[in-house]
Amino acid sequence: MLKRALAHPSLFVGGVLTTLIVCAAVFAPWLATHPVEQMAMRERFAMPSAAHWLGTDNFGRDLWTRIIFGARISLSIALISVSAAAAIGSAIGLVAGYFGGWIDLVLMRVTDVFLGFPALILALAIVAVMGPGVLNVSIALIIVFWTEYARVVRSATLVLREQAYVTAARALGASHFRIITKEILPNTVGPIIVLTTLGLGTAILSESALSFLGFGVPPPQPTWGWTLAYGTRFIRSEPWLSIVAGMAIMLTVLAFNLLGDGLRDLLDPRQLSRAGRSTSSQKGS
Amino acid sequence: MAEPLLAVEDLKVHYPVKAGLFGRTVGTVRAVDGVSFFVERGETLALVGESGCGKTTTAMAITSLVRATGGAIRLGGQDVTGLSAEALKASRRRLQIVFQDPYSSLNPRQRVADIIRAPLDIHGVGTAAERRARVADLMQRVGLRPDQASQFPHQFSGGQRQRIGIARALAIGPELIVCDEPVSALDVSIQAQILNLLVSLQAEMGLSYLFISHDLGVVRHISDRVAVMYLGRIVEIAPRDLLFTAPGHPYTERLLGSAPPAHPRLRKGWSPEAAEPPSVAGMGTGCALAPRCPLAKERCHTEAPPLVARADGRLLACHER
Repeated sequence: MLKRALAHPSLFVGGVLTTLIVCAAVFAPWLATHPVEQMAMRERFAMPSAAHWLGTDNFGRDLWTRIIFGARISLSIALISVSAAAAIGSAIGLVAGYFGGWIDLVLMRVTDVFLGFPALILALAIVAVMGPGVLNVSIALIIVFWTEYARVVRSATLVLREQAYVTAARALGASHFRIITKEILPNTVGPIIVLTTLGLGTAILSESALSFLGFGVPPPQPTWGWTLAYGTRFIRSEPWLSIVAGMAIMLTVLAFNLLGDGLRDLLDPRQLSRAGRSTSSQKGS
Repeated sequence: MAEPLLAVEDLKVHYPVKAGLFGRTVGTVRAVDGVSFFVERGETLALVGESGCGKTTTAMAITSLVRATGGAIRLGGQDVTGLSAEALKASRRRLQIVFQDPYSSLNPRQRVADIIRAPLDIHGVGTAAERRARVADLMQRVGLRPDQASQFPHQFSGGQRQRIGIARALAIGPELIVCDEPVSALDVSIQAQILNLLVSLQAEMGLSYLFISHDLGVVRHISDRVAVMYLGRIVEIAPRDLLFTAPGHPYTERLLGSAPPAHPRLRKGWSPEAAEPPSVAGMGTGCALAPRCPLAKERCHTEAPPLVARADGRLLACHER
């Protein structure tokens, strides 16, 4: 398994990057070089140095410290919202696609209603009503993201339920629950993983966008989006602030996307044995 | 006389043809229209006919995978149409199906052992250890090595995959297996292996087969009796040798004549049926074959011939023979 993972370049790079980012977030209190809120007006807008690895912001706060603490916020919002959206959306998609008929009709029209709103506007509205904060931003993103899973999983289910192995399971007397969980769900794992990893990236971007617009997790919490937004005020003279925050966002999104590509290939049993025979056919895509 | 294992009486499967925005029913496709036959214990009844004649729909109705519009399907004396979900599940233990396509009939995400064990899990047969032993035994019976149990379907050839499908069908000890074109997706050399496997399993376990096929060579090899189906109806049922040496129904004659001769030199002058067969969607009241039949008389077009027993031991549905 490990050997195969190493042979797959995007899985390897994505995995390493993700691990580093997650470790930085988890061990932030030990990796931080300064207290998060410590201001030093004399050291405003410092360039990277031995004392401040990534420089400082407009209040002289250490950017490295704020970025790794910001990773905690971004990652937890992304993980909570994407995993909940994946669970809810996949369950709805499986039920709609498998049973069809009026169940499908009702569930898909409800999905259409949610899809009818532009994602970010909907999230903004929800946060505006419920107020900012990690949990409320997560809930807003769940409401925005679940539709994608519902639609993708439903369309996969429509194809899978016609497969002869599903008919075979019915002929054996398998329950609907068993058919959905054992025969159909495992075959939708590929699209779900791709969506989830892409979704993690999108969630981080959306959270940053909300913070950027002032509707996310409020300052003085060190969010990436807010740092990026605030940096634009000084971007002509001191672009460093926005660049560092932007790089953090970009690297994290990139890491999840690479990991997603790799996992999709690794988890497909067909791909798996092919990789065992020849690793050269693998495409990083 | 003892009740046969499977008795199908006047089975009908009709599909509404819907059209327009609100799905108005504009007609009916009589996919299976009044089919009757029986399968005795330990025998193989072949059901033959061209594509679209309702063979597979018949199989699906017998295995309760599509709902019968009318008629009765009695398995060991019990009518399986309109059973409660629970009773239906119990009756499924007596009747299993082997599919045509060995590729799509095995879940690509499941290991061989899980596929073969699924019937035991579903019906709660035995302890975990007993199930494992049963899976190993079944794999051996169908000619797979026990060490292949943890492999995935894609690691097997078509013939091996069909063996997995057969092992799955056998797992809960059914009395009757519906084989829906089980070898038509396989190479000819592999076909013989699978057919021989089916024959030896039948001898070992006293199985009955309803063997659905369009391949007359295969049918001749495996069947005891043959039922010929044409556009949703059975036109002739006869013991194998009688049917192949002296076909009774004009359609059976035509079907036997349309099989390509085995030897290339004999193929000179042989020509397959040129026209597309008529579809089951717009049929009149008479004999289904009437528009194509050389013997057709006036009443063939207006009155459907019933399937009646003849002196030589066959059942035949024809006014003129």
